[in-house]
Parts: sequence; C-alpha cells; structure tokens
Amino acid sequence: MRLRSAVGRARGLGSARSGADHFWHQRLTAIALAPLAVWLVISLITLSGADYGTVKAWLDRPLNATLMLLAVLAAVWHAQLGVQVVIEDYVHHAVAKWSALIGLRLAAIALATFMAVSILKIALGG
Amino acid sequence: MVEFTLPAKSRVQAGRSHPAPAGATNVKTFRIYRFDPDAGGNPRLDTYVVDLDECGPMVLDALIKIKNEIDSTLTFRRSCREGICGSCSMNIAGTNTLACLKPIAEVAGTIDIYPLPHMAVIKDLVVDLNMPYAQLASIEPWMQTQTPPPPDRERLQSPEERVALDGLWECILCFCCQTSCPSYWWNGERFLGPAILLQAARWIEDSRDEFAGERLDALDDPFKLYRCHTILNCTSTCPKGLNPAKAIASIKEKLVERKF
Repeated sequence: MRLRSAVGRARGLGSARSGADHFWHQRLTAIALAPLAVWLVISLITLSGADYGTVKAWLDRPLNATLMLLAVLAAVWHAQLGVQVVIEDYVHHAVAKWSALIGLRLAAIALATFMAVSILKIALGG
Repeated sequence: MVEFTLPAKSRVQAGRSHPAPAGATNVKTFRIYRFDPDAGGNPRLDTYVVDLDECGPMVLDALIKIKNEIDSTLTFRRSCREGICGSCSMNIAGTNTLACLKPIAEVAGTIDIYPLPHMAVIKDLVVDLNMPYAQLASIEPWMQTQTPPPPDRERLQSPEERVALDGLWECILCFCCQTSCPSYWWNGERFLGPAILLQAARWIEDSRDEFAGERLDALDDPFKLYRCHTILNCTSTCPKGLNPAKAIASIKEKLVERKF
C-alpha cells in the first residue's frame, strides 16, 4: 500500500541534472551520421562483388579508414542512446531495467571495440 | 512493464439503454462510460438517445440534459460552459477535448464519451487529477525574483517581452494534452507531461522572472523533461489550440544553449 502523497511522488528523487547531455549527444551523432551513412552506402555499393584485395586496398587509404571508423562508432553510440530511451520508457521492473541498461552499455562498448579493431586490422595490417 | 490490456475489473461491459423520448425526430445517440466505485462491478457503457431539438449545440449541453432529464446519476465535472475553466475535459469520439467547446454536429453517428485516458477514475467521467496538480506545484508556477518589487508600481514588461508569453498563458490546465501523451501514460509519475512543461516554459519565458536557471536545473532530467519524444498528441488535442510540444522544444533548446 502506498500512502506517500501525490506531491511526494511528483517531487520524487529530484532532478538528475544530466538529461541535456544525452539529448545533445543523440543529436550530434545524428548530424554526423547523415553524411557518413550516405558515404557508407555509396561505398558498399561501389565495392559490392569486389575481392578481399580490392577492399583492403580501399580501406588502406587513410580517408576511407577514418570515415569507416567514424561511421561505425557514431552508429553504435547513436543506437545505444536510442535503445536506452526505449528501455527507460517501457521497462519498469527494477531488475529487468538495470540488467538491460547495463547489458546495453557493455554490449555497445564491446561491439564498437570489435568493429574498430577489425577495421584497423584490415587498414593497418591484415 | 507497460500494460497493453485492461485489468479484469476495469474492462468495460455493455450497460443500460435509455431510448429516445416519444415523438422525438431529430435524435443523437451518446454512449457514455459509467463507473460507480460504491456499487462495485465493472465499468459499463450506457446508451442515451437525446432529442436534439430540445438540446443546446455542444456535447456539454447534451450531458447536462441527460443528467437533468434522463439519468441524474451521471457524474461529470463542469463549470463555466465556455472553455475557460477546464473542468469538462474528457475523451469525446476518441479525442480529448472540452465538452463545452465540442459541437455535437462535429461528430458523425454515435458519440462515445470516456473519461480522460489512463487516469484513475473516481466516478463516471471524473478522474483523479491529484498527480498532475502535484506535478504543477513541483515546478513552482509563480514569479520568483531577487530584485525586490518596485514600491510604487508593478514589475514592468515591454510589449515585446509580453509577446513571448503568447501561446503559454492561455493554458487552462484541463489536462487534455497531459492525458493524451503516451509517454505520460507509461511514466506518469516521473515525466512531468506536456501541460506541466508548458507551464514551466511559461515561467522560463517570463521576462520578469529571475530564476530561469534554477527552473532549467530542475527540468534537466531524463524523465521529468526528456520523456517527451515529440509524439505531438498534445498539440493535436489541445482544445485551446496551444502547442505544448513547441514549449517543450524551447526548454530543450535552452538546456543546450546554456552549455556552450
């Protein structure tokens, strides 16, 4: 039974004072992804059917490697921010919510690292 | 988790029918949500057929006629009957609006009337608004200043500064927008909701108020403000033609603006 007043519940735990950072980073990655996504799609179409040597030669160029790295990092970070909002919206059970939020953040970091290592390996060595 | 189905005791069942009076030719059917906590049982939809030749033009006129002449147990809030008190907000033909501003002629066929969505029902069309009122109090909707009031006059505001409040001051707190917002349905205790955020913007925009920074501090929160995902139900449902989504966007802009 809950007897806490409406005012008590409305005031709750107060302001987290951090929402604007999430908002800003989501917009920033979105702005970055607009041209990067176009570049990525055009590149993939151009490279479709190419053999490994051609793709490696393409990714060896610093500009291509840099844009590819930026594209995957921005995409993963943007997706992570977006899915976090979905979890906060719909998952209210504490254990499920915290498991999802922690799992999401760790998975995003792991995925971004794996993609970065893969790109660098092809671009620098391979 | 979010609930997508009503609990068993909240499911709406078929109710009683009140036929048209004998001799009536120009009639309209109203299906109205009824719930009486004292009587127990599930909510039901009662049907009333109203003689429009003996009724005013608005949905509220029909509700008052039903209460006066057909079924005195029908319970709803109303006061000014001219769209300024905000009492008769309810869901009419699928849209939250004020019964006093909604012409009967605007709805084709049967008019379904429900209480404001996703709020606890006290009785029939009356919902519990304690939470939105408490949320309104939490944003401190009054002028706050360091400068003491001038001894001989009111605080001055230029015509341009006053214009900044247009679209904000007109809100009558009927909570049509608040209860139309899915984000408010899912997180109604943590998200302040469009009506309250519009009030917050009203004080942040007011040139005479000196506590915009503190007000923004209090709103800089993933739930209080940023549950707004620009769904825009608030703006499309507002019976006063206001734009709460724009007011919320202005708060988000200011929170970024002060960072750089």
